[in-house]
Amino acid sequence: MSGKESTASKQSVVDDLYAESAHWNLNAGEETIHAKRMGGYWRKVKWLAAFSWIIFFIGPYFQWGDRQAILFDIPHRQFHILGATILPQDFWMLSLTLLFFALLLAVATALAGRVFCGFFCFQTIWTDVFTWLEENLEGKPQKRRRLDKAPLSLSKITAKTTKHLIWLLISVLTGISFVAWFYDVFDLWRDLFLLQAGSVAYGTIALFTAGTYVLAGYMREQVCFWLCPYARIQGVMIDKTTVVPSYDFHRGEPRGRLRKGQSEEERTTGDCVDCKQCIAVCPTGVDIRHGQQEGCIMCALCIDACDEVMGKIGRPKGLIRFESYEALEANKKPQPLYKRARVWVYSAIMSLALFGIAYGFTALAPLELKVIHDRQPLFVLQSDGSIQNKYTLKILNKMTTDITVTVRAEGPEGLVLVDEDLVTTARRGKVTARTVFVRVPKPMLSAETTPIVFSVQGEHDNQMLQGSRQSVFIGPKR
Amino acid sequence: MADNNPFPGENNTGHIWDDNLRELSNPPPRWWMIAFWASVIWWVVYGVLYPMWPVGQQPTQGIMGWSQMDEYKQGLDEVEAVRAEFETQIKGMTAKEILAAPGLSQYTVASAKVLFGDNCAACHGGGGQGGPGFPVLADDDWLYGGAIENIQQTITMGRKGIMTAHGKLLSDAEIDSLANAILAGNPTSDPNFAQKGCIACHGMDGKGMVVLGSANLTDGIYRFAPAEGESQLDTIKYTIKHGVNDVTEPKTREAVMPSFSGRLSEDDIKKLAVYVYKFGGGQ
Ligand code: SF4
Ligand code: SF4
Repeated sequence: MSGKESTASKQSVVDDLYAESAHWNLNAGEETIHAKRMGGYWRKVKWLAAFSWIIFFIGPYFQWGDRQAILFDIPHRQFHILGATILPQDFWMLSLTLLFFALLLAVATALAGRVFCGFFCFQTIWTDVFTWLEENLEGKPQKRRRLDKAPLSLSKITAKTTKHLIWLLISVLTGISFVAWFYDVFDLWRDLFLLQAGSVAYGTIALFTAGTYVLAGYMREQVCFWLCPYARIQGVMIDKTTVVPSYDFHRGEPRGRLRKGQSEEERTTGDCVDCKQCIAVCPTGVDIRHGQQEGCIMCALCIDACDEVMGKIGRPKGLIRFESYEALEANKKPQPLYKRARVWVYSAIMSLALFGIAYGFTALAPLELKVIHDRQPLFVLQSDGSIQNKYTLKILNKMTTDITVTVRAEGPEGLVLVDEDLVTTARRGKVTARTVFVRVPKPMLSAETTPIVFSVQGEHDNQMLQGSRQSVFIGPKR
Repeated sequence: MADNNPFPGENNTGHIWDDNLRELSNPPPRWWMIAFWASVIWWVVYGVLYPMWPVGQQPTQGIMGWSQMDEYKQGLDEVEAVRAEFETQIKGMTAKEILAAPGLSQYTVASAKVLFGDNCAACHGGGGQGGPGFPVLADDDWLYGGAIENIQQTITMGRKGIMTAHGKLLSDAEIDSLANAILAGNPTSDPNFAQKGCIACHGMDGKGMVVLGSANLTDGIYRFAPAEGESQLDTIKYTIKHGVNDVTEPKTREAVMPSFSGRLSEDDIKKLAVYVYKFGGGQ
């Protein structure tokens, strides 16, 4: 008997597995998803978020003084951000910036899921714009599906060509706008038309054009499914307390079609009318009613769709809503933000990074000095009995004009800077090297090495600029 | 085998293990095949454009005519073009004029480093710090003068100082006393210095004479630095006893700066003179 029982239970386990796998819709891109577009609250939010990308297109045209406000000048190895010039020496600030944004992603994801994916990611937004164009040129999803299947005809060719041309135009603009952050934008346009912009510029534009066109035009949700690492990274940052678009299965199940003439009182089904609108609008083809899943980019469009349906049939909205797993499953109220350790830790690191960047910007010295002590020989005895050390000063001038600087040194008593001419021109945006000799009478040296501080001073726009650096003065062994 | 395939119609290869583990012959994804053929095309185009196939001694040259050697030479030409400007200027100038022109002297210091390394550093050290038996170039005590012309002449003609070995002329006690006076930086305090004729070469004040290349004995800088385990006093005594370049004395000190006029061009010597001057001791 027991043998039979175990076979039966085994069978039921397997049945469960099969039932589960039936829901498993492996989207490998065989079929283009033509998502329905509906209005709604989240739709508006999505457009607003998308709008922030306008900066990407118009940002390069802003000027600051006599140059582009933000220019990542790679050939000259300097970044201009408004009034500040950032040289490779200041790149630690870039790491802090990256740290800040990495954590911003982490904290946003921990609290509200893949907000980045659903609202800010260029893949989502460009795809959104591309499909919006598609809808306007070729019609609603039904019509588009029919058009895709229809035999080639003149009208089909016209519709498709227009669409592809506009897609390409957007792609090219994307490429040019990207390059414009690295290349003076007005020069870029001129050079592009005169065909003299250089192979790197053309190559980059070509790559971005092809990338935009293929990724937003054809690959679409496939990128999020199979290519994008952030999709998976954000996936693991989500926990039970994260608020994500969820289907309230307690309320919705058992789902059932609306029956004519049935009154609300005698209804035995849940709130879900199985209209499949949430699937129809989903840009990644996900059925949110199966719960959170990898394909969902949390764009909240299904919320809009469901709310609209609920509104029409007079049931309360929010069958699909932003809710945490904990709240849905255990009906537990989520902990307030200030009680979550994650929030504190993330915010602490983020403020540290911000603080560092702010400090970096205020401490960006326009003049920087590095001092290299000559090693061969470490010191030389001179005929007047003094000890001479040789140093190479590297003066970094971050200003846009050359600055005349005077070299000074402070150290052991009796110190003399040997050179007749201690005035040097520090070339703009460059490191200027110069050699200096320092002599100290031997009796004044009380130790083998004595600290010595070099400084350079110069005037720029009636402002005294200074850079200094400590080094050592080396004498004979005692 | 195909006849009794237990899983017909699912395009398996007929290789079946453990009853139901079977190998399917699904085609690779399309994007994969596209990438595969694209790389094949890339490879063919590359082979036509660039050197690729080993044929006999030489590979096929490719129709672009590109070669690594050409690219290297081009790079070299670019550098030479930048240098040429300075080099032509240097040709027409004296070492002193080069020194006075800041841009040129900077160029010279940067570019003569290789010359110095090849020709001078073996004896004088990479930074002119000298070595046992070889003088320091970074200090301002010069046997033959530290003006740029003197330095240029020294490199061009070479130098060979002479000091008679005094081992047979002086008693040990006299040598001892002289050496101690020199070490104290005050050779004239020893009456022997005048009486035994040291002043003839080293001068009444013991400060040496540039025309003779005789050393300044008062400044604590010594032509011959002590070797390992020796004291400065020992080396002074040795020099007095055995002299310098004295052919009659087998243990004499050898101190010869060879002439570079035959080995280096005049321009190179000018550059080296500037380079040495800039070690910090030029006068
Ligand atoms: S999965 Fe990746 S590409 Fe897709 S929306 Fe999210 S971040 Fe963007
Ligand atoms: S399931 Fe909903 S939230 Fe998720 S991607 Fe689809 S429409 Fe957006």
